[in-house]
Amino acid sequence: GCVTGQSAEERQRTSTQLELIFRATGYPFFIVHLEQVFCLPGAVLEATCSVPVRSEGDYKAAVNRFIESSRAASSNTTSGEDQDQDPSVLKTQCLLSQLDTQDLPSGLLPFDRQLTGVLQKLFDAVKTLTAKEDLLHTLRQHLIVHTARTHGYSKVMMGDSCSRLAVKLLSSICQGRGASLAADTGFCDLRYGDIGIVRPMRDYSSKEIAFYNRMFGVPSLFIPGLDTKTPDKASIQRLTESFVTRLQADFPSTVSTIYRTSEKLQTSGGTHSADAEPAGKCLLCMCALDTKLEEASAFHATLVSEKLSQKQITKSPAADWVPDGQCCSRIDAQNHNCGSSGGRCSSSDRTPTSTDLKSLLCYSCRLTIQDMSAAEFLPPYIMAEAERRMRRSQMEEEIAAFLLPEDDAEDREEVS
Amino acid sequence: MAASIALRLEFGGGAELLFDGVREHLVTLPGQSEPWDMKQLLAWIRGNLLKERPELFVQGDTVRPGILVLINDADWELMGELTYQLQDQDNVVFISTLHGG
Repeated sequence: GCVTGQSAEERQRTSTQLELIFRATGYPFFIVHLEQVFCLPGAVLEATCSVPVRSEGDYKAAVNRFIESSRAASSNTTSGEDQDQDPSVLKTQCLLSQLDTQDLPSGLLPFDRQLTGVLQKLFDAVKTLTAKEDLLHTLRQHLIVHTARTHGYSKVMMGDSCSRLAVKLLSSICQGRGASLAADTGFCDLRYGDIGIVRPMRDYSSKEIAFYNRMFGVPSLFIPGLDTKTPDKASIQRLTESFVTRLQADFPSTVSTIYRTSEKLQTSGGTHSADAEPAGKCLLCMCALDTKLEEASAFHATLVSEKLSQKQITKSPAADWVPDGQCCSRIDAQNHNCGSSGGRCSSSDRTPTSTDLKSLLCYSCRLTIQDMSAAEFLPPYIMAEAERRMRRSQMEEEIAAFLLPEDDAEDREEVS
Repeated sequence: MAASIALRLEFGGGAELLFDGVREHLVTLPGQSEPWDMKQLLAWIRGNLLKERPELFVQGDTVRPGILVLINDADWELMGELTYQLQDQDNVVFISTLHGG
């Protein structure tokens, strides 16, 4: 609600209604406000870490998502696999994962107004709806993982339906998230190490879920999101959704085809291993960094053409220029991005933070950050973790000469 | 010739946003010579009930893809979609399965 500009009373009303629904299920529930994202520790961004000891007060679940309706899962979807699972909330269209907590005293506003303002400023700083939705999704993910860790859950169940995942798959590809596709849309997402995110609903299309909820009277609540009532072309996600839905109307096998294809996706094993160096992962989305590639890659060509299309050129492009068929089309796309945000790799008068952040992010997260006019609005835990990683990499560079070769893992850890 | 028909329309999944947030509407369609069918009902809804953004609900003659229609708790595809003729006291439900309302 905060992100879509709802007033505090509306949000309170929504969360009260949600509480009622959750209580009816009989499960313990948590409701976490998105503002809590400013209180997260940097440890959230590590793949495997000890449970941070934090005493958070009342939470309201990140229901301020861009997902419309939420229905309480009246134990229809729980599978008996893990004892620690949070029953997720089912809805026809949506993917909302509700975490469980204790009851909240009613009438209490658990979120800080000041944080609300900061959060709104953060999202106002992001220019495009695509980047906003992306950022929202990332922050929510962090919040959910953190809450799960704090309360001792080892698995989180998300309510993504087949149709939603198909849309997510295509829009991820459009945004350059190829590296994290398998984790984002697969059944099991082990990016966060100790917390596993599973998606049990990925076999059911939204139509099936809608009918089911209707026939069994599952209570639902609709919360307007970021892209409610936006025109079709407002963001990549929206466009993809309308594309897939329209195609599905004429060709009913569209969604299942996309879904089956996504099942075949696997990562090369990078995301699943408990990485000794967290620097190998993107700061925001925790997938393997795909940007540290050698000079002859398409990504490098993208970077070069970006620099070329700017007024200021810091290094001679001749040496690094790799003719690539993608360059020309990239120039146009990047030009558009270039013009909108000032902070770029070559500009030296911007705050160093946003430039350095980029080296820690995967390609698509970079695009999201680039769309922000100022990176300092990001929650403190992200900046702190970024600084920490930069310091570590700097230190590693300095002592690189003294480090033994990579297969001596113990020595490496000892020195650093 | 046909008498006026009383219908119960329900909107869910976000579609109610286009109707002032009201989920349930009890409407009475005026009598006319031919029986009412879904196509006419949609046109009627568009003209009388829809408060804003018609393109988010109807697309041409039919509903926007992504909006499910249930007639008496059965998928309207089973009933003939737009050609289904409405009876008195029918229950028509529109559920949006889309993100964007």
